[in-house]
Amino acid sequence: MIGPRVCRLWVSVHQVLTSLSRKGLCRTFSIGLLVVCAGLLCGGSVQAQSADIHGEDIHDAIQYVQQRMVKLYGAGGLKNLAGYGTGFLVSPDGHIATVWSHLLDADTVAVVLPDGRRMFGRMVGTDSKKDIAVLKIDAVDLPYFDLSHAASAGPGASVLAFSNMFKVAVGDEPVTVTHGVISARTDLSARRGRYQAPYTGPVYILDAVTNNPGAEGGVLTTYDGKLLAMLGRQVRSDQNNVWLNYAVPISELRTSIEDIIAGRLHRTDPLMAGTKPTGDGFKGLDFGLVLVPDVVFRTPVYIETVVEGSQADKMGLKPDDLIVFANGELVPSIRNFETVLQSLSPGDDLQLVVRRESELISVTFQVPRQKR
Amino acid sequence: MTTRKQKIFSTGRVALAWCLAEGLILSLSVSLSLSMLRSVGEAAPVTVSEVVRHAEEQRINTMKSVAPAVVAIFAAGGNGGGSGVLIKADGFAITNFHVVQGQGGFMKCGLNDGKVYDAVLVGIDPTGDVALIQLLGRTDFPHAPIGNSDEVRIGDSTFAMGNPFLLATDFQPTVTYGMVSGVHRYQYPAGTFLEYTDCIQVDASINPGNSGGPLFNMQGELIGINGRISVEKRGRVNVGAGYSISINQVMHFLDHLKSGRVVDHATLGATVAGTSDGTVVINRILETSEAYRRGLRQDDEIVTFAGRPIRSVNQFKNILGIYPKGWIVPISYRREGQRSDIQVRLMGLHRRAELAGGEGGEPEEQPPRGPERNPDEAPRDPDETPAGPAAAKPEIPEQYASLYIERQGYANYYFNQQAQARLMQGLADWGDYSKVPVGWSITGTLNGTTPVQIRMLTEAIAAKLGDQFAVQEMKNDFADLPAGSGGLLAALEQLKHLLADPQDYFTEFYYLGSEPFRDTREQVQVLITTRSLVTSRWYFKQESNELLGFDTTLAEDVDPCEIRFGELVSQEGVKFPKVLTIRYGDQAFGKLNIDSLQFFASPAAATGGQNP
Repeated sequence: MIGPRVCRLWVSVHQVLTSLSRKGLCRTFSIGLLVVCAGLLCGGSVQAQSADIHGEDIHDAIQYVQQRMVKLYGAGGLKNLAGYGTGFLVSPDGHIATVWSHLLDADTVAVVLPDGRRMFGRMVGTDSKKDIAVLKIDAVDLPYFDLSHAASAGPGASVLAFSNMFKVAVGDEPVTVTHGVISARTDLSARRGRYQAPYTGPVYILDAVTNNPGAEGGVLTTYDGKLLAMLGRQVRSDQNNVWLNYAVPISELRTSIEDIIAGRLHRTDPLMAGTKPTGDGFKGLDFGLVLVPDVVFRTPVYIETVVEGSQADKMGLKPDDLIVFANGELVPSIRNFETVLQSLSPGDDLQLVVRRESELISVTFQVPRQKR
Repeated sequence: MTTRKQKIFSTGRVALAWCLAEGLILSLSVSLSLSMLRSVGEAAPVTVSEVVRHAEEQRINTMKSVAPAVVAIFAAGGNGGGSGVLIKADGFAITNFHVVQGQGGFMKCGLNDGKVYDAVLVGIDPTGDVALIQLLGRTDFPHAPIGNSDEVRIGDSTFAMGNPFLLATDFQPTVTYGMVSGVHRYQYPAGTFLEYTDCIQVDASINPGNSGGPLFNMQGELIGINGRISVEKRGRVNVGAGYSISINQVMHFLDHLKSGRVVDHATLGATVAGTSDGTVVINRILETSEAYRRGLRQDDEIVTFAGRPIRSVNQFKNILGIYPKGWIVPISYRREGQRSDIQVRLMGLHRRAELAGGEGGEPEEQPPRGPERNPDEAPRDPDETPAGPAAAKPEIPEQYASLYIERQGYANYYFNQQAQARLMQGLADWGDYSKVPVGWSITGTLNGTTPVQIRMLTEAIAAKLGDQFAVQEMKNDFADLPAGSGGLLAALEQLKHLLADPQDYFTEFYYLGSEPFRDTREQVQVLITTRSLVTSRWYFKQESNELLGFDTTLAEDVDPCEIRFGELVSQEGVKFPKVLTIRYGDQAFGKLNIDSLQFFASPAAATGGQNP
């Protein structure tokens, strides 16, 4: 009884969203809220119907896409930096598009084809503005995505996401496919750590979790296997701090990819993980701490005063307390301490151990969402 | 009943509708007035395609039909819990090992009829993270139909049921819907336990509390047991990658689990490595393995394993992981272009002591889990605390106390005892050997030509085959006598005692489970006996419990003497097979036609004359 009502409601919501996006209103929403909204919309059973109705075709579509996906292995392997990723073939001669990430920061990047062949990828070029890189392997007659046939879609469209997230597949094993819905099409405004994401153009926001290690450089397709977009990085919204599941439409990338392949483009600046923080980083004052003047090379981290009513005040810190550890790191000098503060992201914890006379006191600050 | 469930589904839908509305308020409040919301609620009717309506109807019915088989398992003391699924009307249900681990012999389980049932632990498989429990108090439990996980394909729709975050205080399972993201996946173990081989990867949301619960295909057939997820920066919640133990693997182990034992997985006794050209070769092989005895050597290329083509090391590990220790699998290998086909009985993955620790008893006896290989993976026991009334501390229910017997190496020895008794009934056809005299005299013909006489006494067994003599003295270790038989005399001695005094003679005596018979590939039940170094596997037909034959192995790591029985005929008040077919390794030793079996007392007097 209720089923059709939900369907009607769903369609109505869909219509509202679509009409809004037509009017260009959509972009005024914060992405985060849309993600929340989309999660509520699409978590349930309504969307699932489309999967059922697709029936047999979907297996063919999935196979079609998986034959065009490659697994990448390169630099990384450290905390939060996976040494693996995903790419997709964009020419029969072995050109592979992927996100321009730390992964490619290696002498060679290993490329594993869907048939299990392992090859070495050479960097052809990058476009830092589009956050994309093109690799080349020595092979011919490979199945590939014809970028001129890429599709586009609007909010509410059912989509498939392909990637080697979590490195689940090895050798000739097909990469992971997950299903989802496009929640919105908007401009990306994101950060990684405290650095601004270099790409700020249009993206699809998804309800499926694609924000996983190794997923960057995967693809988003329609249920009949048409290429829509490239899965993006692991980033958070710079407005509300939620992890974003986004994909960059192929229409945004096509020219760059073709120019790189033709040797017409190689843009490497600004570096994503390089030098452009979202702000000036945090300072002692953000927590209510005024330190003694930093006069010598290794000035000990003594607290000069504590701002009244600040976090530090509430935690009971006092003038002449000596900060010994910050987030588990020994901070012998104010410079060391400032380095730790610089690396903080909004929402992180800052744990300090201070010495007061012969006593060690441990306090934990919440890094403020907004700088003072 | 029907209306009630319908209502529950409906309530969910109303809730969903409200969520939609709430979501809109949240996201649109900046720029939209409430009238917008009203217009959403009262939108013009939309025609829903018949196909969509039908598909929805079908899905609802499917979920409704399997929900009664889903079990909510509550841990002792109300600390956590998990899920399970009933597979038999007599209450047998599958769950994860890590759900029942440390719970003792009994637990409380809720079904969607709203009732709480007592359940007893039956068997555990720590390596495969599977456990079998039996719900008690009914013989007509609802149960899920078993599917074929080998037929699951990437892209198939699928749904999981269970008790994520232990939400279901009324035991109505939570349904999560998704897509098969990968098949034949391999997920590394923690140490050598909790290894997920040949598993199904899904994007249906699997969360803490789903552990042990069922994964269904859209026909409502059970295709997997959910037990693991990939997690990373967002903590122990689903991020789109869950793993389900394939039901076909569970079915291979089912009878083993029913034996009440701590069951072990298998190894080939060889390690394999991938090569750059995509083949998989043996890189090290134990000379004590059966694979080695059948001719497999280093650098041989594995072409197929258990009937499946091998193109990666993962594939090999996947297949190896779905079989219990002792299972016989066909292997094809290639050496210098020449292909050979062999059958190999797989070795155990663990030593007994390692496994005994895996028993779900005291916490300090739990298996060495070792450091997790991937700290970002593998959910453990859910840490949510249920608030429901069912969280009452389970104590041993008095009327069921007899259903649980603690014993080293067993999850619950009671079930092994029951199975032993059942198999021994199959020996009733042979007559009562407990009263026959201890001296046996067998005369017959080997391969239609060689006359055979065997005299079995308490101190020795003497055999005369044509003009050859063989004597096995009991004070010595059993030997390969007559030479080339693999120990026929030792084997007959085992048979004699199985028939006459199994309780006294054997140092070990247990029901193993069931496995494919080497001769016919039909599934047979297996009883294991041990006397000093000599181990025998006794094969009983399913249902009838008829004894088909046995293998006797004189020591570890040698081929057994295999004996298969012909039809039983009367001999001196009991029955004995007319024909014994004897094999050793890959060679037939011969067919022994029994002309007579006679019994005599006073063995001491009889010995002298017979010994050459």
